Amino acid sequence: MSTATSPATLPTRSGASSGVGDKVFEWLCRGAGIFVLILLGAIIIELFLGGLPAFRAAGVAFVWGENWDPVAEEFGALVPIYGTIITSILALLLAVPVAFGIAYFLTELAPMQVRRPIGTAVELLAAVPSIIYGMWGFFMIVPLMAQYVQPAIIDTIGELPLIGGLFAGPPFGTGIFTAALILAIMIIPFIAATMRDVFQTVPPVFKESAYGVGCTRWEVMWNIVVPYTRKSVMGGIMLGLGRALGETLAVTFVIGNANRIATSIFGPGNTIASLVALEFGEAEMGSLKLSALLALGFILFVLSFVVLAISRVLLRPRTGH
Amino acid sequence: MSNTVATVGAGPAKDQVVATQLGRRRKRTDQILLGLSLIATVIGLTFLLWILATLMWRGMEAMSLTVFTDVTRPPGSNGGLLNAIVGTLIQTAIGTAVGTPIGMLVGTYLAEYARDSRLGGAVRFVSDILLSAPSILIGLFIYQLLVLPFGGFSGFAGSMALAVIVIPIVVRTTEDMLQLIPNQLREATVALGAPKWKMIMLVCYPAVRPGLITGVLLAVARIAGETAPLLFTSLGNLTWAVDLTKPMGSLPVTIYAYAGSPYTDWIALGWSGALLITLGVLALNIVARVVLRQKS
Repeated sequence: MSTATSPATLPTRSGASSGVGDKVFEWLCRGAGIFVLILLGAIIIELFLGGLPAFRAAGVAFVWGENWDPVAEEFGALVPIYGTIITSILALLLAVPVAFGIAYFLTELAPMQVRRPIGTAVELLAAVPSIIYGMWGFFMIVPLMAQYVQPAIIDTIGELPLIGGLFAGPPFGTGIFTAALILAIMIIPFIAATMRDVFQTVPPVFKESAYGVGCTRWEVMWNIVVPYTRKSVMGGIMLGLGRALGETLAVTFVIGNANRIATSIFGPGNTIASLVALEFGEAEMGSLKLSALLALGFILFVLSFVVLAISRVLLRPRTGH
Repeated sequence: MSNTVATVGAGPAKDQVVATQLGRRRKRTDQILLGLSLIATVIGLTFLLWILATLMWRGMEAMSLTVFTDVTRPPGSNGGLLNAIVGTLIQTAIGTAVGTPIGMLVGTYLAEYARDSRLGGAVRFVSDILLSAPSILIGLFIYQLLVLPFGGFSGFAGSMALAVIVIPIVVRTTEDMLQLIPNQLREATVALGAPKWKMIMLVCYPAVRPGLITGVLLAVARIAGETAPLLFTSLGNLTWAVDLTKPMGSLPVTIYAYAGSPYTDWIALGWSGALLITLGVLALNIVARVVLRQKS
């Protein structure tokens, strides 16, 4: 930066034409920004308007109505909402410890040479299209579950008093637990990659000081890194939850497609997204059923909006915006 | 740890014992956690290898030249996947072509015009929500917007659904990349008398070109494998169809239909399609990383 520049060479407006160019370009950019706002607004409004007939027919009770009976034109959203939430939470319970382990390994433990290849492998796992997870789960995991895993658990834990009922029932292979497992496999790389990025934001000085007074690697992780990044880690988990809530194809193949609330986690169920995908083909244009499916879409939107908004609030401050 | 240091009064011999015990316990905890995190990593990598191995093994069964030269046919008559492949290429290309410029403009707005403005904050928030919003909802939205009013499923509607998915991905990478540019570069350009739009177009974009290309490649990889939004928009088509106003096939939707069918030859073809789309998506991801790394 030269301070010797004479005033004569300082930038001046180089004529009206470039001023117009600036205005046009700025408004193009701003217009595109406003377009994105309109886009989200339009999605909310379209889904709500599409679902309006179903909301009108059942009233607010649509949300907690237990019956989903297309023949009787009776539609309640409780079963798919329950299925969506229970599969997502189960998936999180399975995925978070594994993802944390991977992130811990990648930031603190792994030798430098393998960090990048393993990190890339995890990111590639996140890039595999969800239909592949669904198909793979249906042809690979479901038979395994039906033949080995579920019979074994039903015969052991399923026999116990009190909690036994959660693991009871015939071993179909499909069902809520299998769906949660596939979802977990899908979101592990997302959560792991976010956690790794977040762990890397911890200033090295903090960790070095802890190592300097003799902390072990785990003590540094648990007492320095985790407290420092707690908010962002929660944000990463919420991001994974957001993905699990709205996942369609991976779940559709393995959920078992039953519109009742199963007491056993091996029982069949439905999520909002899988129900919409499965029954959309049978819904005629203008029918109440189509409207009910759109209303379900609206509810899913509200659910994931809340989760994603929380995740963003938790994640953004650390990443520097 | 400070506790052990502070217990001076207990005598040097006892201190030694306590310290050794504590040290051993801490070391053991550290080892156990090391083992657990290793297991977690192995689990993660196992799934990737397992999925890839399954795809290779089942996907090669029906893989032949016919897959690329013949259209989908009824079960038992040795069809291919040509119409699905072409459908995916067309819709992905249009979706990317429509979504990328909009996304770049928004990203530019956020990085160059509205870093701290309230409108910029709102746009950034909404774009982040769109980035992770369930893609099935984008399908339902386009169904309401472009399928119902215009009387039918169409390849055009499918392309638009994919474009909506592209926008927030490109917004994020464009903004992130532009923010890496040092301000001196901007100041130097403006000091030469260049208007802001020229500075952005001729200095900023070229400076981060690898990053921008990476963003687009990742967006392409993402939408090429999308199924849910296409189910409600381009619907799928088991005959040759390149007319954008008619239902159009795509690889993911064809895989979905074939994998759920009771016919073994369809299922085998479905696996071939799954192998193709996965290899394509993974290759795009790897190319995107290579492009980005070239910069540094």
